[in-house]
Amino acid sequence: MRPSWWLLAGLLLLSVASLIFALAAGSVTIAWPELWAIVNGGEEGLGRSLVLELRLPRALAAFATGGMLALAGALMQVLLRNPLADPYILGISGGAAVGALLTMLLGAGGMWLTGSAFGGALLSMLLVFALAHGRGSWTATRLLLTGVVVAAGWGALISLILSLSPDAQLRGMLFWLMGDLSHADDPWPGLLVLALGLGLSLPLARNLNVLSRGELQAGALGVAVGPLRVRVYLIASLLTAVAVTTAGSVGFVGLIVPHLLRLVLGNDQRLLLPASALLGGSLLTLADTLARTVAAPQQLPVGVITALLGVPVFLYLLSRSHR
Amino acid sequence: MTALLQTRGLEVAIAGKCICRGFDLAIERGQCWGMLGRNGIGKTTLLHTLAGLRAPLAGATLLEGVTLDTLPRRRIAQSIGVLFQHSEDPFPGTVLETVLIGRHPYLAAWQWEGAEDRRRAQQALAAVGMEEMMDRQVATLSGGERQRLAIATLLIQEPRLMLLDEPANHLDLHHQIAILDLLAGQVRDEGRALLMIGHDLNLTARYCDHALLLFGEGETLCGEVAEVLTESHLERLYGHPIRCAEVKGRRVFVAG
Repeated sequence: MRPSWWLLAGLLLLSVASLIFALAAGSVTIAWPELWAIVNGGEEGLGRSLVLELRLPRALAAFATGGMLALAGALMQVLLRNPLADPYILGISGGAAVGALLTMLLGAGGMWLTGSAFGGALLSMLLVFALAHGRGSWTATRLLLTGVVVAAGWGALISLILSLSPDAQLRGMLFWLMGDLSHADDPWPGLLVLALGLGLSLPLARNLNVLSRGELQAGALGVAVGPLRVRVYLIASLLTAVAVTTAGSVGFVGLIVPHLLRLVLGNDQRLLLPASALLGGSLLTLADTLARTVAAPQQLPVGVITALLGVPVFLYLLSRSHR
Repeated sequence: MTALLQTRGLEVAIAGKCICRGFDLAIERGQCWGMLGRNGIGKTTLLHTLAGLRAPLAGATLLEGVTLDTLPRRRIAQSIGVLFQHSEDPFPGTVLETVLIGRHPYLAAWQWEGAEDRRRAQQALAAVGMEEMMDRQVATLSGGERQRLAIATLLIQEPRLMLLDEPANHLDLHHQIAILDLLAGQVRDEGRALLMIGHDLNLTARYCDHALLLFGEGETLCGEVAEVLTESHLERLYGHPIRCAEVKGRRVFVAG
């Protein structure tokens, strides 16, 4: 077995470990034997409902969100052939944020919040797609510039909404903007879309390896570049839209996880895509568990933790790889 | 027998400038073509059009009698290989990984490169003198080494027609001859064909049996080297005095 397969197996173990940690840690620490009994259907009472009704859905939602963001980031980086691309670079999170903040400003919540965030993300995705397509060629540079400008537009709208909002709602809005999983109680949409995204992008993985060497080179090696780009754009955008809808704009996972793995695995998307999903999921599950335990009973926005964890690790690996 | 690659009434333009109009070309197996012309005259654009990477304004390109735009890209890639002027590598990768992408047109979606593909890759790297560099990062290679790496990638793609955009670029004198000997040898021995863009008249005269001159404004001239590469044609092509002499039985061109 090649070393890279061991790494994939290791990441799978890490994923399971991070989920167990998320179930055990919290205001009431649940010991091993008790956790085992709960998972196996025994044990009644407070512990059981704490684990199965509160911690499990949130841990799974965190895992799905992290997996979707990291996978979307890996796809965007190859699509734009830019190692600095992240899932938010094309303005999808901005569109979602404007939708979500407007709903909060109007005082609505729950389904309305989820629906408007997802609607904003889809609107942004279609807007960038249509504008970048326009007439003439659909180059990576044009897509990137269109996305960045649309994102800047959303940024201005977000600032406008924040400055118009009453103080009472500002705190909730800021938490949403920083990424927050405390309202994520339904993990299924995320898990399904993560599985769908992986299933659709894995057969394209070798095409993406070729695409990362340039569009002309990919064309000369038999890749139908146009349709491939549209598919990758749609998959990455959908992943990002669902992730942002679940947890707000959690930073750094989508940028850092694919990068970290590229330093270890190289740029073979066949390994990189599944590895990104696993490591991104584990990272966000761990970060969210820390976010709700380190300053308990105070909950921290999970985006702050991912950035605080991610930045030093990334800088360390980057300095090491340049030797 | 149908030509390997044929164009019928091809019209190609870039930025409103006509490169060729009503252009008919037939490349047969075993032929080496040289394409010459001034900077910016449209050589690369025409090469990309012949590879089917760019649509012509009018006319058609036929691969063994079949119009290119009716063929799937994968099928075209099994017959036509292109050496580009620039290679891109925004992400890290080793020399071996880079060469192996040349097998892409032959592998199914879920298939991984096997031992046979790896053996071919090693063979191709050895053919361009890079067998010692398999594990090197591409970013650490020199310009000439990158060029040889791109040629090794083209070799394991095993195209019947090789379209080469300045293959001698960045190569030292020894490697220019070694690489072109290798490619011309494949054309001769394995019934392939090649068309190369170049600015070195002497390399073109040495390796090509046919030549294609682009004069601009849609004017072209193609035919056998002996008839096309003459002092008067080349002086008109470059707008510069050129003399031809014989050295050891080879025609040599000197700029005046």
